[in-house]
Amino acid sequence: MNRPSSTTAAVADIARLRADFPLIQGRDDVVYLDNAATTQKPRAVLDAVRAYYETTNANVHRGVHQLSDAATDAFEGARARVARRINAAAPSEIVWTRGTTEAINLVARSYGGSVLRPGDRVLVTELEHHSNIVPWQMACERAGATLAAAAVTPEGALDLDDFEAQLGRGDVRIAAFGHVSNALGTVHPVADLVALARAAGATTLVDGAQAMAHYPVDVRALDCDFYAFSGHKMYAPTGIGVLYGREALLEAMPPWQGGGEMIEEVTIEATTYAGLPFRFEAGTPNIAGAIGLAAAIDYLEALDPRAVGGHEGELLHRATAGLQQVEGVRIVGTAPDKGPLVSFLMDGAHPHDLGTLLDRQGIAVRTGHHCAMPLMQRLGIPGTVRASFALYNSTADVERLVAGVQKARSFL
Amino acid sequence: MHADLDEIRDSFGFFDAWEERYRFIIDLGKSLPSLPEADRTEDRLVRGCQSLVWLVPSFDAGARTLRLDIDSDAHIVRGLIAIVLAAYNDRTPEQILAFDMEGLFADLDLLAHLSSTRGNGLRAMVARIRQEAEERLAA
Ligand SMILES: Cc1ncc(COP(=O)(O)O)c(C=O)c1O
Repeated sequence: MNRPSSTTAAVADIARLRADFPLIQGRDDVVYLDNAATTQKPRAVLDAVRAYYETTNANVHRGVHQLSDAATDAFEGARARVARRINAAAPSEIVWTRGTTEAINLVARSYGGSVLRPGDRVLVTELEHHSNIVPWQMACERAGATLAAAAVTPEGALDLDDFEAQLGRGDVRIAAFGHVSNALGTVHPVADLVALARAAGATTLVDGAQAMAHYPVDVRALDCDFYAFSGHKMYAPTGIGVLYGREALLEAMPPWQGGGEMIEEVTIEATTYAGLPFRFEAGTPNIAGAIGLAAAIDYLEALDPRAVGGHEGELLHRATAGLQQVEGVRIVGTAPDKGPLVSFLMDGAHPHDLGTLLDRQGIAVRTGHHCAMPLMQRLGIPGTVRASFALYNSTADVERLVAGVQKARSFL
Repeated sequence: MHADLDEIRDSFGFFDAWEERYRFIIDLGKSLPSLPEADRTEDRLVRGCQSLVWLVPSFDAGARTLRLDIDSDAHIVRGLIAIVLAAYNDRTPEQILAFDMEGLFADLDLLAHLSSTRGNGLRAMVARIRQEAEERLAA
């Protein structure tokens, strides 16, 4: 979507990308299938972070000296890199955060705090990660507003009729929903959801935590007001994330944390705040993280998105087909459009039993409620086992997963 | 029927492969009596466990022993419960408080084979039982 450019090298052989990831190469005792929790980092990202500390490290935006200038250039260059990647109108629409969670909290606190009135509703969905539920609960509580959740279908898709019906009540101020479900893999028709919400007068926030590693995202094509994501789930370091916000909205929002970097002028009586995006970035930012995130974006963009997407889709397909062959295994989440992750259960086994027996075989999966307890309650299950894939996973990894599940079955 | 602690210790001594240990733990779990559905209530949940663990204590005033009925929705956890119960069940509060559970876990090399979250769940269960024993002593 974003910009298939002439620099995009077609990747004929995805398998050789494994060599770009030191942990994947170095730990061949582990089949890493917990990529939805966090991805491994390519050497290009590790090198960029190291090179920053070895050659450029200084605090940003404040020095008169050359190092500080260079650090500021690299840091602001990274912001521009993110803006280009998601097609934001300007770098000033990119606010650095610690991750998705902090980005959503920023919007809930600052935007929610200024627009929500008693009787208003915030609409989320039953598929959300707790990060896209709890901040809204807190904002609703402060404002006397109500949190509502659009229903999920038994297949794990969003019930569009319910979503529309909830909007139809006319009192939804903010609609916040995920792009890709971290628990089931469901890809939501976000552009459609945004259009519906906007037509109903609601401001929209998309939780893109699970989308950025797998899809080119264009925030202006989606037409959302806010888009939140985490670097560490897209091959970048932990501790860096992004809030994209439409400039007109960010401009009107009050700061949420006070401190250095976010001010224009401070007297003991009063402070005038800095412009965008610095007003929302109190304190010394995660400079190395931002640079690492830009390097991760460079890495991703040098790959052919169709080759990567095709490979990840193939992993999902094989895993789904293979697991379905194992007696007693049930796939949870069978929506037609899914990101590269598969959640499943085995008859008579708790997800933790299965997860533990897979771990003993060197297969790293996630078990439990995946920070989506309302979804698990709705589906009437204690949790699932989740295998999530990244571009460095191989079909051999999928075979080991399926064989591992088969072996676990013989224990239970 | 509760498993016998000496038999458990003996069996663990023979295991080389993780497969054998886990099959044994899971089989212990299968032999653990289940709690009736009616006893699996919210207020009986042990906090700190990743899977659900219910604990129903009762005290035999005549024998001065603590009776513990514990259950879980996960097989491996049920096996761990069976091991804990082999040491604790139908013992006096004094015996329970004097028993070196960490030592048993070390002898069986149990915690090394458990993830830290599951190890914490196991410790939460032990702490809950010790608390019960302390309350009986104080009563
Ligand atoms: C869909 C979704 N939203 C939000 C989050 C929270 O991300 P982070 O912990 O990086 O803030 C996650 C990560 O687990 C996620 O998968």
